[in-house]
Amino acid sequence: MLLIHCPYCGPRPELEFSYGGEAHIARPSPPESVSADDWVAFLYLRANRRGLQAERWRHVRGCARFFNALRDTTTDQFLATYRCGEPRPDGGGSASP
Amino acid sequence: MMAWRAAHGGRVDRSRPIEFSFDGRSYRGLAGDTLASALLANGVHLLGRSFKYHRPRGLLSAGSEEPNALVTVARDAARSAPNLRATQVEIYDGLRAHSQNRWPSLAWDLGSVSNWLAPLFPAGFYYKTFMWPRFAWHRWYEPRIRAAAGLGRAPVGADPDGYAQRFAHCDVLVIGAGAAGLAAAAAAARSGARVILCDEQAEMGGGLLDEPAAKIDGVNSAAWLKATIGQLGLQANVTLLPRTTAFGYFPHNMLGLCERLSDHLDAPPPDLPRERLWQVRAREVVLASGAIERPLVFPGNDRPGVMLASAARSYLNRYGVRVGSRAVVLAGSDAAYAAALDLQVGGVAVSAIADVRPEPSAPALAAARTAGIRVIQGATVLATAGRLRIRNVTLGTVRPGGTIGRGEILACDALLMSGGFTPSIHLHSQSRGKLLWREAERFFVPGATAERERSAGAARGLDGLGAALEDGTQAGLAAAAACGFRGSATPPLVATNELSSRGAPGALPQPGHAAPAKAFVDWQNDVTSRDLELAMREGFSSIEHIKRYTTTGMATDQGKTSGLNALGIVAHGSARAVPEVGLTTFRMPYTPVSFGVLAGYDRGQQFDPVRRTPMHDWASARGAVFEDVGMWKRARYFPQGAEDMHAAVARECRSVRGACGLFDASTLGKIEVVGPGATEFMNRMYVNNWTSLAPGRARYGVLLRDDGFIYDDGVVARLADDRYHVTTTTGGAARVLQLMEDYRQSEWPELKVWLTSTTEQWAVIAVQGPRARDVIAPLVAGVDLSAGALAHMSVARGTICGAPLLLFRVSFSGELGFEINVPADNGTAVWEAVYAAGQSHGITPYGTEAMHVLRAEKGFIIVGQDTDGTVTPDDVGLAWAIGKAKPDFLGKRSLARPAMRAPGRKQLVGLLSVDRSRLLEEGAQVVANAGQTPPMQIIGHVTSAYASPTLGHPIALAMVADGRARVGQTLFVPMPGGDIAVEVTSPVFYDREGAHLNG
Repeated sequence: MLLIHCPYCGPRPELEFSYGGEAHIARPSPPESVSADDWVAFLYLRANRRGLQAERWRHVRGCARFFNALRDTTTDQFLATYRCGEPRPDGGGSASP
Repeated sequence: MMAWRAAHGGRVDRSRPIEFSFDGRSYRGLAGDTLASALLANGVHLLGRSFKYHRPRGLLSAGSEEPNALVTVARDAARSAPNLRATQVEIYDGLRAHSQNRWPSLAWDLGSVSNWLAPLFPAGFYYKTFMWPRFAWHRWYEPRIRAAAGLGRAPVGADPDGYAQRFAHCDVLVIGAGAAGLAAAAAAARSGARVILCDEQAEMGGGLLDEPAAKIDGVNSAAWLKATIGQLGLQANVTLLPRTTAFGYFPHNMLGLCERLSDHLDAPPPDLPRERLWQVRAREVVLASGAIERPLVFPGNDRPGVMLASAARSYLNRYGVRVGSRAVVLAGSDAAYAAALDLQVGGVAVSAIADVRPEPSAPALAAARTAGIRVIQGATVLATAGRLRIRNVTLGTVRPGGTIGRGEILACDALLMSGGFTPSIHLHSQSRGKLLWREAERFFVPGATAERERSAGAARGLDGLGAALEDGTQAGLAAAAACGFRGSATPPLVATNELSSRGAPGALPQPGHAAPAKAFVDWQNDVTSRDLELAMREGFSSIEHIKRYTTTGMATDQGKTSGLNALGIVAHGSARAVPEVGLTTFRMPYTPVSFGVLAGYDRGQQFDPVRRTPMHDWASARGAVFEDVGMWKRARYFPQGAEDMHAAVARECRSVRGACGLFDASTLGKIEVVGPGATEFMNRMYVNNWTSLAPGRARYGVLLRDDGFIYDDGVVARLADDRYHVTTTTGGAARVLQLMEDYRQSEWPELKVWLTSTTEQWAVIAVQGPRARDVIAPLVAGVDLSAGALAHMSVARGTICGAPLLLFRVSFSGELGFEINVPADNGTAVWEAVYAAGQSHGITPYGTEAMHVLRAEKGFIIVGQDTDGTVTPDDVGLAWAIGKAKPDFLGKRSLARPAMRAPGRKQLVGLLSVDRSRLLEEGAQVVANAGQTPPMQIIGHVTSAYASPTLGHPIALAMVADGRARVGQTLFVPMPGGDIAVEVTSPVFYDREGAHLNG
């Protein structure tokens, strides 16, 4: 069971959390401004990286807040967890919220 | 009776005899015995039959690595634990143990015919034979192979024992309480760290328990153990867990430990759990799991009486039991000499030490010479003899140049072997740590770590007691220091004359491949060296493939004794270095773990929580039949007398249409959306326009995901400018709140809005039917119930029976309807009052089944039944709900995609069988033409189908391609009995104008 550092509550066991998919996928605004292809990419296309991945977690059985995390998918080690709206601490990827 | 028990010595309590039975025969052992040592003390060596060939088997080992002596221990029919290792079963008065995989008896086992048919069963035989006839594999071959090959039987009854679970945290978790583990725990504890020390044996001490002659810090090992363990036990920052196996290493330094609490007791207290699962999160872990002796691979190496040398030593030194009267010792390691020396002192005649190594070590030879034990150098083993116990061993001599000559035949009743020790790297490997091959020692040791752990002592390949104590001390200090505890400790000083535990894996040399006798590599799965050679001949090269093909290392012992020998044979046979062959993954659990301890408290009532509405007991007392909806128990129907469901539902439906029905709608999800940003939030979430909804009014809301497909629906009431009462489907409440929170937190954090689940705060009593107003009118205060004041889709506050009331005028039945919301605690009282008030109006309680029929008659969809995650609002005729002028809402952009507007989309329609008599099957397919054969041209499917008491014939809802344009057409529903002709209709079968609803 992973040990996850909620940025609001501190370290808690994985069973208090739910997984939220890839992080930093910004919803286009206004949605009409993007092409059908870009909208489909927003809806359906996600990276599945081998290595460091920015992803969302929710401390659903705790403070109930969403936050972001950098996790190495090959080792399950977390490099960092950080609040929504904050940029990736390692400067990688797109920095949008 | 106790002829094999030495007169003195060992750690058993000679003042406490214990009676037990094995296969129905009574024996006597001593307190402190395992089943294995107690049976050996009675001269019993035959303990089991092998998995595949049913060969007679005895004890190979004295520890948890035991592959042969698997027994069933039964307290009663339900308390029957199969496949326990006799070496780990502590005896108690009245213990009843049974051997396995034999019929009719252990000594005369009919299944042993497979031993003589062995040429038919080579490795992978089930891939090659039994191929014809095709059907026979499942019906005939597989059931019989499974019956013949096997382990013990699972108990038939439900497990009556209790199991506990505990989460724990510590600074340093030490696995294994041998010399290294004890030293590590002592050093870490002295530094101030919180320490948990666990060990799989009943008594802590590990291999030290077999070394009574060792001197540590000037005292003998027993005294040192007593002082060290006693001191640890006194420290508040130390938890000692004997009888506790660390079976799994999980991510982020969480380890699973299984503590056995009551299996060793003759009369366990009824409230004592059988086992306890510890889920320990450790900041640092010290793996002091020791090393396991390797058997030697030679023909006939599995007869009862052929045993690891360290095991024989353990039985003598720890249990005071002689494993035979005349032993031959096979030395692939100096450790065999240590056993030979101890056994000779202990009264076992050692005929000879046959050393299989090219170069025996000088200290070992000198020790043997001093003790007067004959040493045969350059030996190998050609055969053994003896049916149920070894009788003699035929040695061979390896001549210079490698040819094999026949050697002498030595009579013996015990053949003790040592191929050297293999470090137990299982947990390190489970934690994704890397392994390093040591060519000089010819074994793997832990390499780079992935978790916060370190190995100590024999577990990382160190040799000798002094090294283990020194290394354990350093590991304990380092682990504590990594947690911020500074300390110092002096490693205990050892005075002992130790022999090396090194050896070399692989098979002993044999003259060619002529000998048919089996040289076992994996005892538990009956894999021989010839099986491995066969796999290589057939082209398997990777050890992972060879493992799967031959099943070597795949038994419950996880290859503890076989793994390195198999690697050695494959490496030798393919002329590769061992690291090139690779190593198979060590799987958890280290030793088998009961399902009970993993399930823990999650059994029976606790397996899945049950949610009951406030009025549950009332419905239950009225004989309601319940159905599960999510975790909820919902009343499905209320049968009267001998009514079946069909009759009850028809009566309930007629009552609602004709008079009044009473329905428990408390399970509906309820979310309060509150704040200055509430309307904007609702506008963005739901398709509807909420700006135009006045406080006191309600609207049917449709929720899409951003992909444009219907996610949930429900009535939403605006209670105030900044307050919405959102209802969701019963099963969708949690995911709707999750979706709302996701967008609130992640997309629109600027909106001032708060979301609160209020599902369980309200009891919801639906009163539906033409008499509904008359029924509730006498009970309600503060609300004008007239159609003019409280129109359909309105909400008002008042009181009912003195309780605060939130009254909705809504209808899911198509009749005049109210939904009485009162605080949950008032639910039953108000329900009973409504029921009493309704008696003169013919009020009838109805369940979810009638509710479904009534809503289908009105063409109201149920999300998840009539929709399937690919359905847009327009597909089900709900385009009217969409707020067209809104700039954005979830799914709006997706609804504009061309595919969402393309012709050919499935649309909600009604279906009636042309003869009005056939009840369609939900899920049935719809086709345009009769008489099709597969593959048919499917144009739709039935989503809901009921007998309609109101219409007097069955009705159905269906999703059909371009369905609305097909109204009036005849389509077909192909069924096994032939096509059913159906007429496409509007999905609304009853009161299309809504006269009843608005009454």
